[in-house]
Formats: sequence, structure tokens, C-alpha cells
Amino acid sequence: MRVSTDRDRCVGSGQCALLSPEVFDQDADGLVVVLRESPAEELRGEVLQAVDLCPSRTIRVHD
Amino acid sequence: MTQSADAVPEAGPPLPQFPMRRTCPFSEPREYAAMRAEDPVSRAALKVNGKPTWLVTRHEHVRQVLGDGRVSSNLKLPGYPHQFHIPEEMLAQVRLMMLNMDPPEHSAHRRMLIPEFTARRVREMRPRIQEIVDERVDAMLAAGGPVDLVTALALPVPSLVICELLGVPYEDHARFEEWSAAMMNHELSPAEYGAAVQALDMYLDKLVTLKEKEPGDDLISRFLEKNRTEQVADHVDVVTMARLMLVGGHETTANMIALGVLALLRHPEQLAELRADPALLPNAVEELLRVFSISDSGTARVAVADIEVGDVTIRAGEGILALNNAADHDESVFPDPGTLDIHRKEARSHLAFGYGIHQCIGANLARVELEAVYGTLLRRIPGLRLAAEPDELRFKDDAMVYGVYALPVTW
Ligand code: HEM
Ligand code: SF4
Repeated sequence: MRVSTDRDRCVGSGQCALLSPEVFDQDADGLVVVLRESPAEELRGEVLQAVDLCPSRTIRVHD
Repeated sequence: MTQSADAVPEAGPPLPQFPMRRTCPFSEPREYAAMRAEDPVSRAALKVNGKPTWLVTRHEHVRQVLGDGRVSSNLKLPGYPHQFHIPEEMLAQVRLMMLNMDPPEHSAHRRMLIPEFTARRVREMRPRIQEIVDERVDAMLAAGGPVDLVTALALPVPSLVICELLGVPYEDHARFEEWSAAMMNHELSPAEYGAAVQALDMYLDKLVTLKEKEPGDDLISRFLEKNRTEQVADHVDVVTMARLMLVGGHETTANMIALGVLALLRHPEQLAELRADPALLPNAVEELLRVFSISDSGTARVAVADIEVGDVTIRAGEGILALNNAADHDESVFPDPGTLDIHRKEARSHLAFGYGIHQCIGANLARVELEAVYGTLLRRIPGLRLAAEPDELRFKDDAMVYGVYALPVTW
């Protein structure tokens, strides 16, 4: 699983950082940063939830 | 079939009126389920002015509309579905709050504020929020029951949290709280209400002027500092922003505190489970937010281009209410949606905080406040119970934000 984001779309709601703190954080500007681009497989569930709940469809998961 | 508002035959049956009442305080208006099933994007007439608006009721469609770049939040545009009366002359003069801005202004303002509300920042506020809650619960215990939970806890907690966020000096807290509570008090005369609004406005104006001269460690000062390079806002914008924080964060959170406590008292088995295992609290908070979705029609828009939603074409210039309470009772996402279930797996998918670029900036802060209040009450006042008959409670049926006016409790 690989995670990427389109930071221009991020509205800084912090849903991702709340749901999956090992994978997502917010920088000093409040925008998403990916902590682990290839997170462990057991985090797939919460990462997919972050993809779904992100209000600006900023997060993508590849394979 | 594709239809649009102007294609509807003149002689059709009269449009249903909006808002529709929640006949049971714990469920959505009765009409919503049928609309979701048969006519998920349908027309209604706004009670306040008789003008038509679209109602969007399915979860999928509400997300689609709120995520669409072809809708505007600008309440000055013709067609915007107003839910209370604002005279034209006044509307023209209104300074837009971020809530009603569109990109690129919206993005510029929001980016100034999001650092204040990151998951980490909110986590850092947690100990202080807990202190605020504990102080209020101490006062309740000292006074002894029965007390009105709305005035004793639900209103002061979010008010104090916003006070500290905005950097209101400690010696002004009591006055600030008084005015902001008065703005929510529907029993005041229009004159008393007007006086409270004016006093608060003047106060916020003075507060911003003070921060311009003597910056402190607070949201307003940081906003002003950043604004020196970004040049996004003028003085009036900053005052308007401070007021938005109060309007957006005070009554909403207060209503959720009171309604949530009431719902838990009515489900003693789930309340007992929560008390035994506080780790269940975060999901319980999401489920309570879902069940009540108190800002149902707060997600109002106007189309700026033709957009297809389901089988319907919404034309440019037509108003849209993307009803988050209807979406949060969509049985295709939330099975048995009328039942409160603190273990519900999909609770987090609720849209009570909206969706898209305007999704509530204070959502994570509100979550922490609600967890702190519910958790503290369960722990410190285990004997908490209602001190009124359930049918004596008065609910905010006609208000934009749903709630209960008073909640007498004892222990
Ligand atoms: C349970 C409590 C709350 C509920 C149910 C709630 C609900 C909402 C909803 C539905 C929206 C979206 C409106 C739209 O799409 O047009 C919103 C936006 C907003 N909320 Fe909240 N809110 C709550 C608490 C708070 C708090 C605590 C704050 C601040 C301290 C806050 C500040 C705001 C602001 C500034 C916006 C505008 C965001 C933007 O336009 O980008 N809210 N809220
Ligand atoms: S959930 Fe989406 S919008 Fe919110 S911080 Fe994460 S990436 Fe940004």
C-alpha cells in the first residue's frame, strides 16, 4: 500500500491525523503531511477510512 | 428522467414547507425517510419567505453537493436559501464571514486559521478543557441539585474555551460569558437581546484593537501577526472572524452537550457501558453527533452552474439545502438509523460537521469538549438523572441549530 496526497486540496480538517496518527500529521500550516508513505498492511483499514472521510478528497491509496 | 425547478408544472401540488419539525426529539423529521426513498432531491418552499429551494437527502448526494466546486456559500447571491429574515439593505452591508465565502477568499482565510485547530493543537488544549469542565462540575456539586444543566455546564464550557482561544483577558470572562449566553437566550425581549449582541460586538471590536497594540499568546494575535505579511483581512474582517468563532462554536457545542446527556440518560445500559469503559467515548461522541445532526440545514448553498444530482438537474442560481440530518439517517450507510448505538461501526461517516471545503474547522475541538463533558459527568456524578418529566422539556424546534432550552437534572 502506498499513500499520497494532493496538498493543494487539503482544507486542514485534521480528520486523517485523528484517524490514523501513525500515517498522517499536519504541519505548522495545518496541512496534511504523510509520515509513512508505505504504511504497514495492518493500518490499511484506518488509512482507507481516512481516504473516505477526508472532506476534500486529498488522500489517495495506490495498490 | 431529468427535471429542473422551472420545468415543474405550475399546477402541481403545493410544495412542502421547510423546515420540517422533528416530531420526536431523538429522530429526524418524519418526512425525510420518504424523501430519501422516493424523491431524494426534491423541491420545498422556505417557510420564512415562500421561495423554492432544493432539498438533498441522501448521504451520497449530500457529500456530492458539498464537495462540488460549482456551489457557492455566499448568502448575498440571489437564490441562496435564507432561513431567517434579513432585510435587503442589511444584506448588502453584511461583511461576509468565512462560512459564507467562496474560494479563493475562503481558502485564504481558512489557511490563516487551520493551524489553530490541528489534531495536535486540540490535543494540547485537552488538559485545560478538562480543568474548565471540572471547575463547573465542582460548582454544580457545591450548589446541589436540581440544576439546569444548560446554564450550569452546557453554555459556560464552550464559552470559556472560546474565550481562552481568542485571548479574552481573564477579568472579562464573566461579562463575555453573560453576553454570549444572552445571545442564546430565547426568553429575552428583542431589546435585551439587541443590547447583548451590541455589547458583545463592541467588546470584540475593542478586543481586536487591543491585540493590534498588545499582542498576546492567542488566536487573534497570531491571526493579526500572520496578516501583516499575508494581507488577507482588515480590522472588520478580524472582528467578524472572532464573532464567527463564537457563533460557530458556542451554541452548537452547548446544544450537543445537553442533548447528548439527555440521550445517554435515556439509554442507561449504554451509559453504564461508557462509565465502565471510557475508551468507548470517542465513538459514542460520533454517534451522538450523528443521531442529532443539530445543524441539519446549516449546510446551505446556491448553484453557480447547472449540476446533476441523482436524476435532477439543479440550475445555476437555485438554492440547495444539503440536509446533513437526512444524510445521517440514510439507511444505506447507517442501518437502523433511528437507533442510538455507541458501538456503531460507521458512526464516523456522519456529516454533522458538514463536508468539503467548509467542513467545520472546530470539529476536533468540539469532539474534545464533548468527550470531556460526558466523561466527567459519568465519572463524577454517577447518580445523575433527569429532574423533570421528559414531556416537560422544550426543544428548539424552529431554530437553525437544534437543542433543548433547559435540562433540569439532579443526583
Ligand atoms: C458540535 C459542535 C459543532 C457542530 C455540530 C458544528 C457544525 C458545523 C457545520 C455543519 C459547518 C459547515 C457549514 C457549511 O458547510 O456551510 C461548520 C462550519 C464551521 N464551524 Fe462548526 N460546528 C460545531 C462546533 C464548532 C466549534 C467548537 C467551532 C470553533 C471554535 C466551530 C467553528 C466553525 C467555523 C469557523 C466554520 C466555518 C468553516 C468554513 O467556512 O470553512 N464550530 N460547523
Ligand atoms: S482529512 Fe483531508 S483535508 Fe483534513 S487534514 Fe487530512 S488531508 Fe487535509
